[in-house]
Parts: sequence; C-alpha cells; structure tokens
Amino acid sequence: MKAAVVTFPGSNCDRDMRVAFAAAGAEVVQVWHKDDALPAGTDVVGVPGGFSYGDYLRCGAIAANAPVMGAVRAHAGRGGMVLGICNGFQVLCEAGLLPGALVRNAGIAFVCRRVALDVTGDGPFLAGYARGTRIELPVAHHDGNYVADDETLRALDGEGRVAFRYGEAVNGSLGGIAGITSANGRVLGMMPHPERAVDTVHGGAEGLPIFRAAAVALARA
Amino acid sequence: MRARVTVMLKDGVLDPQGEAIRHALGALGFEGVEGVRQGKVIELDLADGTPEGAVDAMCRRLLANTVIESYRIEVA
Repeated sequence: MKAAVVTFPGSNCDRDMRVAFAAAGAEVVQVWHKDDALPAGTDVVGVPGGFSYGDYLRCGAIAANAPVMGAVRAHAGRGGMVLGICNGFQVLCEAGLLPGALVRNAGIAFVCRRVALDVTGDGPFLAGYARGTRIELPVAHHDGNYVADDETLRALDGEGRVAFRYGEAVNGSLGGIAGITSANGRVLGMMPHPERAVDTVHGGAEGLPIFRAAAVALARA
Repeated sequence: MRARVTVMLKDGVLDPQGEAIRHALGALGFEGVEGVRQGKVIELDLADGTPEGAVDAMCRRLLANTVIESYRIEVA
C-alpha cells in the first residue's frame, strides 16, 4: 500500500497520519498542497487534520481548491481510497467528495477529549470493526457539527454510509454523525482522530484498524 | 466597481455564535432581542465591467457554501 499524505499550510496532524499509515505497513509519501499530481502508484490519499489556510473563510474551503485537490478528486473518481480526518473531513465536504457540511459546534466551545463512538457503517475502511462495536477515539475540533439536508441524511442512513456515530453528546451533529463514507465506501471523512490512537502508549489503539483495513482492502485489489 | 457579498447561514442551520450574542445582549440588559444571526460581509474591488454573473459564480464556487449558507450580492 502506498499512502500519500497531503500537507496544506496549517496542517498539523500530517505527521501523525504518516506514522499511522506506516504502522499499518504502508509506504508513505508526503504531498505538498501545490503539487498538481499524486506520486505514481498512490493507493490511498490521507487528508489530515489541522487548520489549513488558517480556517479562513470556512474550515477547509481554501484547501478544497488547492492544486493538489484536483488530483485527489481524480483519484477518488477512479475509485481510489481517500481518508479525511478532522480538518481533512471538512476539506472533503468542501471539495464535494462527501455530502453535507461541518459547522460550529452547537456548544460553541472547542471540544478536545476522548469520546465514545459506535461503528455504524460498512466499507473497506471499516472492515476491521464489527458493525455495532463501540470504540473510543480523541476528538479535537471547533467545527464538527455535521449538517446535511433530509434527503442526504436519509441516503446516508439507508446506504450504510454513516461510518461512526457519537455515543455521547459532543458537538450537536445531526443524528450524532461523526463520520461518513462516499457511495462506494472508498472515501471516508471523520471528525475523530484515529491517527491519535494507533499505539497503546497513546492510551489506546482503537484507531489502528482503519489504517490496517485500508492495507487489507488494497492488498486484495 | 465594488461588490458587497453578504453570506448568512440558512434559516434552520443552528447559529451558536448568534445565540451567544443574543445571550450577551440580554446580560447587558437589552430586552426584547428575540433572535440574532451572525454572518459575514465580503467586499470585492472589481475591474469595471465585471459581469454580475461572475460574482455569482465566485459565490457559488468559493465565497459561500450553499449547503449551509445563502448569499446576497450588491453591486455599487
């Protein structure tokens, strides 16, 4: 598995994401936001957390239009795997690769703690969890309140595309949605940080199955 | 020429910042503030003759996220 992790100005979880993909056995390459192509042989693209472009205008709005995102869109269009975490999820929504949007937390405050999550979806990124499993991952965000119109919510629900739901009140997200996938399951966006839980020294390794599942899915392909 | 774009969260999208402002006004003793919505204003200095359609395209492509926001354009 070759994983390309994008760095935007203001990304701050890109190194952690590279470590997580490497822990799952990936060859990891770093991609700069001004690159207009992905390295040859890229299997999975990581869009990391942070504050790309200072969160100017809206979280992820400027990054969604960075040169590299044309290549990421094309990769997803070919059925390539893409993982967006936190700001990366916001970027994928702004780029139109995932439906809906992420707005200010209902309680206004920045939320930074470990939260309970239920695995509620299917797809290649989630194959390492039994559906219905409750896990715990860190969240750290100000704008993680997921909103979408009713039609989109019904489609996400009906197609098993709500990857994770919060098991507690976190940010006001509709339906407690913490992460969603694309129609083909190969694009996953999520607010919690699995890359911050890939080693027991992190206080838990319950995020590692996402990176491992990507490796398994790609080995099969 | 100058265009002024006003971007607001759509009705129905929770605006916690607006709510915080409403609470703060109440705490200051201002009565009767039944709702506050906070948005943003973006002023564009444009070359003369820039068609208004171009500003509309800018709004749809970048300045507003039409999933959650509405926008209004005033050209002066």
